[in-house]
Amino acid sequence: MADLNTGEEGGGKKKHGKQRAKKSSTRIDMTPMVDLGFLLLTFFILTTTFNKPQAMEINMPVKDDELKDEDKNKVPAEHTLNIILTDNNIVYWYFGVADPNKPLPSLTKTNYTQDGIRKLLIKENNKRHNMYSQIEAWKKDVSTGKMEDSDYKEKLKAFRESNKMSSLIVLLKPDKESNYKNVVDALDEMAICNVGSYALLETNDIENQMVANANTF
Amino acid sequence: MPKNSPSIDMTPMVDLAFLLVTFFMLISQFRAEEAAVIDMPSSVSDLKIPDKDIMMILVDKEDHVFFTITGQDTRRTVLESMGEKYGVAFEEDQITEFSNMASFGVPMKEMKEYLSAGSTERKKLQEKSAGIPIDSLSCELCDWVFYGRINAPRFRVAIKGDQVSGYPTIRRVMDILQDKKVNKFNLITNMESGPAE
Repeated sequence: MADLNTGEEGGGKKKHGKQRAKKSSTRIDMTPMVDLGFLLLTFFILTTTFNKPQAMEINMPVKDDELKDEDKNKVPAEHTLNIILTDNNIVYWYFGVADPNKPLPSLTKTNYTQDGIRKLLIKENNKRHNMYSQIEAWKKDVSTGKMEDSDYKEKLKAFRESNKMSSLIVLLKPDKESNYKNVVDALDEMAICNVGSYALLETNDIENQMVANANTF
Repeated sequence: MPKNSPSIDMTPMVDLAFLLVTFFMLISQFRAEEAAVIDMPSSVSDLKIPDKDIMMILVDKEDHVFFTITGQDTRRTVLESMGEKYGVAFEEDQITEFSNMASFGVPMKEMKEYLSAGSTERKKLQEKSAGIPIDSLSCELCDWVFYGRINAPRFRVAIKGDQVSGYPTIRRVMDILQDKKVNKFNLITNMESGPAE
C-alpha cells in the first residue's frame, strides 16, 4: 500500500470518504532528505580539489670537497650574469666576476616584474643568438600539439649544444635577507626565459659589501 | 481538477543528486591535518607531485622545519631506527599513532610526549616547539633524511616552503640533502598561469 506518488492517480480507484483520510499518510515528504542531499553535494563539490600542487625540479651539483679548483668548470666571465636576490623583493645584477683587486662592477637594481629581470634575460638571450625566439615557437608548437614533446627536447638539446660556449650563464645568489618566494620566482624566470644554464649559489663577502653599498644610496 | 498533477516528478533529479553525493564522497580523500600551515609560492612549472612515495621537508614562515614521509610501514621503520639512534623507546601505540600521522615538527626528545598527546594538546606542543633541529651540532633532520633514504631509496624528495621562509633555512635544508647525496629534489609550488604575453 505504501506506493510512492508517481504523479498519477493510483489504481484509478474511486475516491471514498474512508480512503481520502488514508491518502495523506502514505505520502512521505522527501523535501528534508533532498535538502540534505543537496547540502552534502555542495559540500563535497566545494571541498574536493582535483588539482595537485605543482613542483619544480632542481638538480644540484654533486657536492665533492675533494674536487680540486682546476677540475672545476670554468665559466667565461663575459657570459656570466650574477643575480643577487635580497630583501624587499629587490634584485641586483652585474656581469662578470667581482674581483677585489679590480674595480668592482656596478650593480643594477631591478625587480621580479615583467619589465624587470625578465626583460633583461630576454634581451641578453637574444643578443647572444638571433635564433633564441625559436625556442618560444617550439614551445607553442608543443602546447598546440604540432610538435611531439620528445622532438622538442631533442631540438632544444641540439640548440644548447651548438651554443654551448656563447650562451648566457646565470648565477643566482640569494643573500641572507631573501626569502623562499624570491628564490622560486627567480627560478621561475629561468624557466620562462629558457635560460639553459643557471646555478643556485651563495653571495660572497664582496657581493654582500656591494649590496650594502648599493642599499645606502 | 486536471488529471495530471501540477507538481513535477523530482525523482530523477534526486537520484542524480545522490549519485553525485556518492561520487564526491568516494573520490574525496581527507588528508590528515598538517602540523604546519604553509602558504606556498607559485610557479609556472607544471610537473605534478605524486601522492605516494615521497619524502617531504616543510619549512613554515617562522623557519621551523617539519618532516614527513609516505607509507605506514616506512614511517614505522623510520621511527624505530630514529628511536634506536636517539635512545628513545617508543610504545606500540605510539608507533601506530606515528604511522598514521601527517607531518610533524618536534625534536626527538619531545617526540614521545607529542605522540601520546591528544589533538588539541599536540597543537600546543607543536606551537611551543622550534621544529626539527637542523643546526650542525644536533642535526636531527639529517638523520630523518638518512633513515628515510635507507628505508625508501626510491622516494622522491621535495621541499615545501612558505613564501616568507628565510633563504638561509632553505639553503641549510638543501645542504643537508646534498650531504645525504640527494642532488635532485623538487620544490613544491602552487600553480600559476603562464607569463602574460
